[in-house]
Order: sequence, then structure tokens, then C-alpha cells
Amino acid sequence: MSSYIIPLFICIIIFACIKNRVPVYDTVVAGAEEGLVMIGKIIPTMVVILTAVSMLRASGALEAAESMLHPLLDKMGVPPEIVPMVLLRPVSGSGAFGILADNLAAYGADSRIGRLTSVIMGSTETTFYTIAVYFSAAGVKDVKRAIPCAVIGDLACVVIACILVK
Amino acid sequence: MNYLWGGLIIISFIFAAINGRIDETVAAGFDGAKSGIEIVLSFAGIMCLWNGLLKGAKDSGLCTLIKKALMPVIGRLFPRLDRESDAVNYITLNITANLLGTGNGATPMGINAMKELAKSCGGKPSEEMCLFTVMNTAAFQLIPSSIIALRSANGSANPFDIVAPIWICSFFSLLIAVLCVKIMFLFIKNKKISREGGL
Repeated sequence: MSSYIIPLFICIIIFACIKNRVPVYDTVVAGAEEGLVMIGKIIPTMVVILTAVSMLRASGALEAAESMLHPLLDKMGVPPEIVPMVLLRPVSGSGAFGILADNLAAYGADSRIGRLTSVIMGSTETTFYTIAVYFSAAGVKDVKRAIPCAVIGDLACVVIACILVK
Repeated sequence: MNYLWGGLIIISFIFAAINGRIDETVAAGFDGAKSGIEIVLSFAGIMCLWNGLLKGAKDSGLCTLIKKALMPVIGRLFPRLDRESDAVNYITLNITANLLGTGNGATPMGINAMKELAKSCGGKPSEEMCLFTVMNTAAFQLIPSSIIALRSANGSANPFDIVAPIWICSFFSLLIAVLCVKIMFLFIKNKKISREGGL
């Protein structure tokens, strides 16, 4: 079933373009070019973040943090390997993407950890960054109402992800 | 982010010294930098393709369809806003951009929506503002293209495996966050009423 989602989606796009006389090839090429610009922007972040993450792993600091948090996380059914993702995701989008890349390579894309970090990456946002940008745009300094609601939503997301992905 | 990154590096060196793994840690650092570029290149093609397809979706008017479908939901969530107002218009555009995963397109719309909402709040965070922000932090996305791209680059047998769980997780975290906002402002309103009643 899920293998039909993507072909269907692509076909709908092509039909919609043809129907509305949008030059489908030219548009896709133009979009791909925009994508390339985006990729150029994330390369430096990825390099710098992956340096820090692989140093953390090699130095044993990650193991120490995991074993410290282990009893608590065990009770909640959260594997300790996803802790870096949960901590970095609300702060930095490209940083979290670096962790996802690292996790997929280290544990395998189809392992539980790999799928779990993918799901958490996809279903949460750079919460603190978003709140900061949006509230400063509105000229409102008081974020004490928005932050707890958003953080509760993110935490719920992690717990649900751990239940869903087996 | 500055303190975070700096802290991570320093912590690594401290632990490396304790564990006697200085050489390995330094080597791993350079290795990480090297793999940073390799990883990006490995999924760059897939990501460009998706970005192109999504631009097709945008330009062909699929967005307008999604907007129409979203209208009733938005009307229900923001009952105090006029459906024809600029604020509602920006909110719908923002949510559509989020759904299509064009994060860079969503932010300007979101900022405009917040500016519109701010006009009627007098410098205080209104229910609508909190609601709208929370809807953005829950990140509902139809096709998480960059994650799919990265997964196929890492040899996943079924990179789309995670799409359905992502929808479910986003939906529930959004639901919970929206409920939190609604409950919080219900309390604030009740407090105000009882205070005014006491006077």
C-alpha cells in the first residue's frame, strides 16, 4: 500500500501541471536548482556537526551519557541511542539532520534506531527556533505560554514514535 | 548553538583524555568532517528531484486545492478570525507550504501571519498566536523528502517505511499541543472572569 503513495503523488503532480498548462519539465528543473542551492547551504553545517558527533562517539562521552540516562529511559521505553536526536532536534534543524545521517550510517537505515530517529526527525520541528522567530516577528516577548505547549507536543511525539516503531 | 557546539567538542576532549582515546577522537573528528560532505552528496540528487517535483505541485495549483481542503479545519481552530482576512490567508499558505515540505517557503508566510495576528493583541501573546506557532512546531509534512533521500542513500530497503509513522506522530503531537493551548487559554479566561466577578 505504502509503495503506491509516491508514484501516485508524482502522477498527480504531472497531471495537475499538464492540466493547468504549467511546463512540467522546466518547472521541475527550476525546483531542482533551488534544491541545489539549499544543499549548498547545509554542507558546512553538516561538516561541522558531524565532526562534533563523531568525536563525541569516539571519546566515549556518548556512552557515558547513555549509561547515565539508561535506567530512566528504559522505564519510558525510549532507547538511549536516540537521546542526541531528541536533544538537538528542537534547537537546530541541520544539526539534527547531521545526527540522523550519523545514526543511519552507524545503526543501519532499516534498524529500529534508524527508523526511530527518522520518524522523530520528520514529525518534530526546530521548536525553539520557530517560536523565537515567530514571536519576535509579532513583537511579542512573552513566550511562556507557547513553549510548554510546544514542548509537550514534542515529547508526546517521541513517546508515540517509540510505541509505533518496533 | 555556539555554546552547544563548543561544549560538545570540549566535552569530547575531556572524555577522550579520561578514556585515553585522544588519537582516536581527533581522527574521528576529521573523519566526521569528511563524511559530512560525502553524506550530503549521497542524497543531493534525490533531494533536488523532490524539490523539483514539489515546485511542480506548487506551480500547478495543487496548493489551491489543499487550501480549499484546509479551510474548514482552520475556521474551526481559529473561530475568532475572519475567514477572508489576511491573517487566515497567510495561515493557510503557511500550512500548505509546511505540508508540501517547503520549509523555506513556510517561514515567510508564518512571519506574515504572526504580524497580522499581532495587530489585534496589544503586545500580549494571544490564543491564536500560540495556536499557530504550535501548529508550526509540530511540523506536519506530507512527504518528508530529505529524510527519504537520506534513507535511500544509506541503503534502506524501503525508505518510505517511515512516512506513515511520521504522519501519525505529527498528528498526535499536533493534537496534544493544540489541546494544551486551548486548555491553557480556557484557564486564563476563567481566571479573568472570576477576578472580574469578584470586583
